[in-house]
Amino acid sequence: MLASLLAASSDFVRPEFDWHALAPELVLVGTIALCLLVDVFTSDESRWTASSLAGIGMLAALVPILTLAYDNTDRVLFGGAFVVDDFSLVLSGLFLVAGYFTILLSTNYIAEGDYAEGEYYLMLLSAVFGMVIMASARDLIGIFIALEMLSIPAYLLAGWRKRTLTGNEAGMKYYLMGVFASAVMLYGMSLIFGGTGSTILADIGDKVNANFMDEPIAVLGIIFVLIGFAFKVSAVPFQNWAPDTYEGAPTPVTAFLSVASKTAGFVAILSLVYVGFAGQADIIRPFIFIIAVLTMTVGNVIALRQTNVVRLFAYSSVAQAGFILAPLAVFGESPQSSRDALIAVVTYVIIYTVVNLGAFAVIIAVSRRTGTGEIASWGGLFTYAPALAVSMAAFLFALGGIPIAAGWYAKFTAFTAVVSGNSPLGYIMGVVMAVNSVIALGYYLSLVKVMFMDDVPDGDVTPIRVPVTLGVVVGAAVIFTLAVGIFPSLVSDLAEGATLALLTAR
Amino acid sequence: MKDLLNGWGVTAAVFLPLVGALVMLAIPKSEETLHKVVALVTSLAVFVVGVALLWDFDYDHTAVLQYGQDKSWIELINARYLVGIDGISLPLIALTMLVVPLVIIYSWDHFPAPHNPKAFLILILVLETGMVGTFVAQDLLLFFVFFELVLLPMYFMIGVWGGEQRKYASLKFFLYTAFGSALMIVSILATYFLSPKIAVAGQGMMHTFSIPELAHWHGGGLARTTTLLVFGGFFMGFGIKVPMFPFHTWLPDAHTQAPTQGSVILAAVLLKLGTYGFVRIAIPILPVGAKAWAPVIGLLAVIGIIYGALGCLAQTDMKRLIAFSSVAHMGYVMLGIATLTDFGINAAIFGMVAHGLITGMLFFIAGSVKDRFHTLEIKRLGGLLLQAPRMGWLLGFSVMASLGLPGLAGFWGEFPAILSAYQPAEGLNIGLFRGFMVVAALGTVFAAGYLLWLLQRVAFGTPTEEFEDEHIHDMHFTDYVAWTPMIVLIVVLGIVPGLIFKVTNQAVVHSLIHIGS
Repeated sequence: MLASLLAASSDFVRPEFDWHALAPELVLVGTIALCLLVDVFTSDESRWTASSLAGIGMLAALVPILTLAYDNTDRVLFGGAFVVDDFSLVLSGLFLVAGYFTILLSTNYIAEGDYAEGEYYLMLLSAVFGMVIMASARDLIGIFIALEMLSIPAYLLAGWRKRTLTGNEAGMKYYLMGVFASAVMLYGMSLIFGGTGSTILADIGDKVNANFMDEPIAVLGIIFVLIGFAFKVSAVPFQNWAPDTYEGAPTPVTAFLSVASKTAGFVAILSLVYVGFAGQADIIRPFIFIIAVLTMTVGNVIALRQTNVVRLFAYSSVAQAGFILAPLAVFGESPQSSRDALIAVVTYVIIYTVVNLGAFAVIIAVSRRTGTGEIASWGGLFTYAPALAVSMAAFLFALGGIPIAAGWYAKFTAFTAVVSGNSPLGYIMGVVMAVNSVIALGYYLSLVKVMFMDDVPDGDVTPIRVPVTLGVVVGAAVIFTLAVGIFPSLVSDLAEGATLALLTAR
Repeated sequence: MKDLLNGWGVTAAVFLPLVGALVMLAIPKSEETLHKVVALVTSLAVFVVGVALLWDFDYDHTAVLQYGQDKSWIELINARYLVGIDGISLPLIALTMLVVPLVIIYSWDHFPAPHNPKAFLILILVLETGMVGTFVAQDLLLFFVFFELVLLPMYFMIGVWGGEQRKYASLKFFLYTAFGSALMIVSILATYFLSPKIAVAGQGMMHTFSIPELAHWHGGGLARTTTLLVFGGFFMGFGIKVPMFPFHTWLPDAHTQAPTQGSVILAAVLLKLGTYGFVRIAIPILPVGAKAWAPVIGLLAVIGIIYGALGCLAQTDMKRLIAFSSVAHMGYVMLGIATLTDFGINAAIFGMVAHGLITGMLFFIAGSVKDRFHTLEIKRLGGLLLQAPRMGWLLGFSVMASLGLPGLAGFWGEFPAILSAYQPAEGLNIGLFRGFMVVAALGTVFAAGYLLWLLQRVAFGTPTEEFEDEHIHDMHFTDYVAWTPMIVLIVVLGIVPGLIFKVTNQAVVHSLIHIGS
């Protein structure tokens, strides 16, 4: 039946399959299937295999990424809908590493709490799968599918603590907001498709540049699509799901949401802006400018008043999203500023991802003992867990952008990008960012103060036992933070290569 | 020897302390004596490197960058590991390398609560890396990184080992300076992008962060408004660090709350990072901006002199009083800089070194007074000369040096700075600066007033009833070791000021070639 149908449509050509290019995704799909089977056929006692399997699967998927990087040719599949270039490789690699770290964070947490272990890792794998596709998708439909592939497991993960009210709230809020955002985005996509007749971003880029540009409807479409992703990256005024979701979700999931799924949103924005809407820079610039300024300011100011460490990090991640968006406010002012903005965003997400995961590893380790997320319970951490306290301080200074923690270079590239256009708007953005980075230091330092300068609240100074998996994440993140802080070239070379490929893609 | 120093001298001086800190990280916390020995040996090793650098320095060509190193650091943006020493940085580097081992020696037996020598000494060593690095960096970005690196250890020193209000003071210190730095980074980047590209080996034409290259460009072709704004960013960054009125409010809190060692390093070196930034970066790179801003800087400087003096008169706490006197003294340094003349800036650099030694000394004594009496409240003290005569005499000596007694180092920082305002650089309003001169001269009278009054209340008279019968231990052995070099230097520099003026002069003249004085 299907064959005859296909035969009837004479212009259908079976697309060329580049197995090598698709290998990372295929490995992940294989792992997902394997996890599912293993979960079905094993008893409850041996559920821990799921975590190991998922971890091995993520690392295995890194292998084809490395071989593809070594091969160093851009591969374009499915008529330009799926592209494997340096940009997608760098970000896929980042997603897999972040996914692997998340598994390490989850192992003890999920095993010790009464959670469905097998399904948990399945969901995590599916979400990472969606993110990896997102890195390569250069087509509206592909981006949408990747987004849903990532979001639907994330909704479930957010509500994983189903016996608590906050857990339910977390999942519900995230789901409703997410679906709403998807709907807005789809509407925008349909407008763009209606005007250009294509879903491939490169084609849209040409059309948007040409005759479709004058149509107000194109502007509406672009703004709607961007708003959809503004929800994903929790940009103000679309951020209000984030704090409750972050607080209610299991902490490893919060870590995952605050870095990985957020980064996927930024990746989509980059593909859309740089490949699809490059000709519409005049519309994108002011839009992003307003969103970015609002996001960092509102996120920072509210973060100042938090007393719960996870909520603090929720608002901190909102504010950081503002910093990541800020460079795009000078997108298209000159080829130089477009390039610098892209480098800044990629650099920022790489550094932010690792640092934030490290910080969450410390949060999980500490709350294993204190059993609460209150900042006050962190008092005097330095006296009984100096290594954790010093690591956390390194992460906090990194997030605050103080040398020699890696974050300074991320902030610096963002400043570089906004100033590079030499435009008044860029300089204003620079000053806004400067003021905001000081406000942000206010709350990062308040946590440092509690750890180093306050007394232990209950006088209990027995050392914290840190599980090996958490220790690995903390250690790796600290090494990364210091190494990149002292030798930023480690990341800048990566970011530069990744971004040049995307720029030449169109 | 020469080759070794040329290749590795500066790098060794910057990173040796970090090596020491890493070694200490590996030693368990309970081995306190070992920690002290490692820290002292490290800082002495740095000092020895410093002496070798001083020994081998070519004093006939102090405007030339010596012991230069130029390595690629962040290729993408052409930021380089570009370091070197010239006549402007040499005295300050020497001061840093001298003060750090002295502070460690002083700490030997009095570590402030909550003790923990391991963490405390590691912080001091990291601080040394930051300070020396700032003075040798010749690349704007490298300078910025070191400049910021200094914040962290000092923040922890004040916050963990400080007094009652330590949390408030440390946060204030950090946020103020971070705000200045954040604006400064915008200016650094603006300078980077607005300056012309230069040829870089293997990379074609690139923008540059190199301070000598940018000074060579000196803001040519920039619109006046742009220059003013960019200079403004630098002004905020350095002015807060100095600190200049009205950004000085973090200083009294930080000084008062910091442990003695922190206060000494803060006064001796950290404040100089700001003034050094003006001399090294802001003025040579943006001479036009400097000229436009000079009256403002001069005005704020003299306000700082008078305000600091009045603030001193109102203080009831000895340490806080010395902190306010720092505001006033840095006002003289800034006045010298604001004149934009070689005379003024030479005086300013001398003033930096002198203030570092003298105020460092005052904080040492204040720390020891606190150690013996457990208070620094002036009205509870008295009769120090009776109970601890040596400390009392040294306090008298330092006070005399601080108020600018001729023959001691303080005089050569203050007097020429005031004098330089008589004839500021060409294009500046002479009447205005002569006005500044008169006010600044009045400030010295105030200085004599508050310092002598301090001496009178603390050292003269008889001990208050509270401490009448208490046995007060005079100087410890470590005090002798730590204080002698500083006192000797205060006297020697007072008698032979040429030691510093000769070093700085050529470099200062060279840095002002685009001012046209």
